[in-house]
Amino acid sequence: MQQIINFIFRNKNLLLYLFLLFISIALTIRSHSYHQSKFFNSANSITGGVYNASNNVTTYFNLEKENQKLVQENMRLRSILFNKEYNQEVQIDSTKFDSTLITYKIIAARIIKNSYSNLDNYITINKGSKDGVIQDMGVITPDGILGIVENTSQNFSQVQSILNRKSNLNAKIKNTDNFGSLVWNTKDYNIVQLIDIPRRIPVKVGDTILTGAASSIFPENIPIGTIKGWNLDVSKSSYSIDIVLFNDMSNIKNVYLVHNKDRAEIELLESQKTNGQ
Amino acid sequence: MASKYYFINILRFVLLALVQVLLCNKIGFLGFINPMIYILFLYWYPIKQNRAAFIIVSFLLGFIIDIFSDTLGIHAASTVTIAYLRPAIMRFCFGVNYEFQSFKLASVPRIQQITYIALLIIIHHTVFFILEVFSFENFLLILKKILAVSLASLILCILLSSLFSVKKE
Repeated sequence: MQQIINFIFRNKNLLLYLFLLFISIALTIRSHSYHQSKFFNSANSITGGVYNASNNVTTYFNLEKENQKLVQENMRLRSILFNKEYNQEVQIDSTKFDSTLITYKIIAARIIKNSYSNLDNYITINKGSKDGVIQDMGVITPDGILGIVENTSQNFSQVQSILNRKSNLNAKIKNTDNFGSLVWNTKDYNIVQLIDIPRRIPVKVGDTILTGAASSIFPENIPIGTIKGWNLDVSKSSYSIDIVLFNDMSNIKNVYLVHNKDRAEIELLESQKTNGQ
Repeated sequence: MASKYYFINILRFVLLALVQVLLCNKIGFLGFINPMIYILFLYWYPIKQNRAAFIIVSFLLGFIIDIFSDTLGIHAASTVTIAYLRPAIMRFCFGVNYEFQSFKLASVPRIQQITYIALLIIIHHTVFFILEVFSFENFLLILKKILAVSLASLILCILLSSLFSVKKE
């Protein structure tokens, strides 16, 4: 007994080191295989508060550029809106506007911490559960898509960026119905990969990639990027396509969160189907 | 005297953590180079202090950086490793005389200081990127990141340490 106590006392620094190392490696392994920890992420009130305070200062430096971006977007949306009203006049009897028919709810938010240079990137935004943000909402920018909400606190949310090794989204080539998975090979922050597109599909450089219909997170047909090049995967049966993103991931300020009101119903239905099989 | 040391170290802790998460994590030079300057805390930490306390404080520093940058556990593991290995590194750089009462970091030759901080950075970054990449398939990627980011951290740390060098008393 005396010897054991002596041993512990002599090697207390080593044991302390091994203990702390064990804790941190356990946390690392856990974050590689599951969702990020519920509390220890950048969306908690302390870290979110610090990022928010610093962002309140730095956001003034590029207000003009952001304004221009928003005006551009408004212009595009207005042109769509005006043309739509014109089209609808013809068939006004058959379409009736009803607020219960709206499927997607939009929340505007601002990025307070962007990250694009790690292998698993997470972004923090300044809207939280208080503003109606929930897990698995899609996050889009004026130009493309950004990621999916992974954790929320009262005032902030943590978004899993598409530049993350765990990210896996549904996407398709414009004007075809062949969809594949959008992943990131960690090499370049403006290029992501679309995999599992069958070899028989004609692919051209410059084709547009849109979000697919198979996911209930994003609305269909949101532009993501254009094809830059491709190569066949190991089995030679499907493509791995390099896609240049429309949005510059290093320079984003304003984002929109999309909530699909039917998502809960879709998920329930899908889980019933898998349980029944 | 003792309270002054505590105060300086707490100030360093907070400032280095804030500078790291608010400035250095946003540099993204060449797309992936974010220098890590909070290692300077371990470089400056008093030598003749309780070693267990030093290891715990270093773990806390790494853990706080981890929470801010959403890399849970990686910074903490690498920081606690260099905190544990620091006496061995110092013995390697300065010989046995660093254990003497009169030893001051500012009074050793420049080249020894640089070797000391460089060793801290290289060991830290090796542990860090092995844990971040988390697979040995991408061995070249790990090597590239270790070399590039170590160089950036080293340059920035040397600049900062000469800017805020501890005055000779």
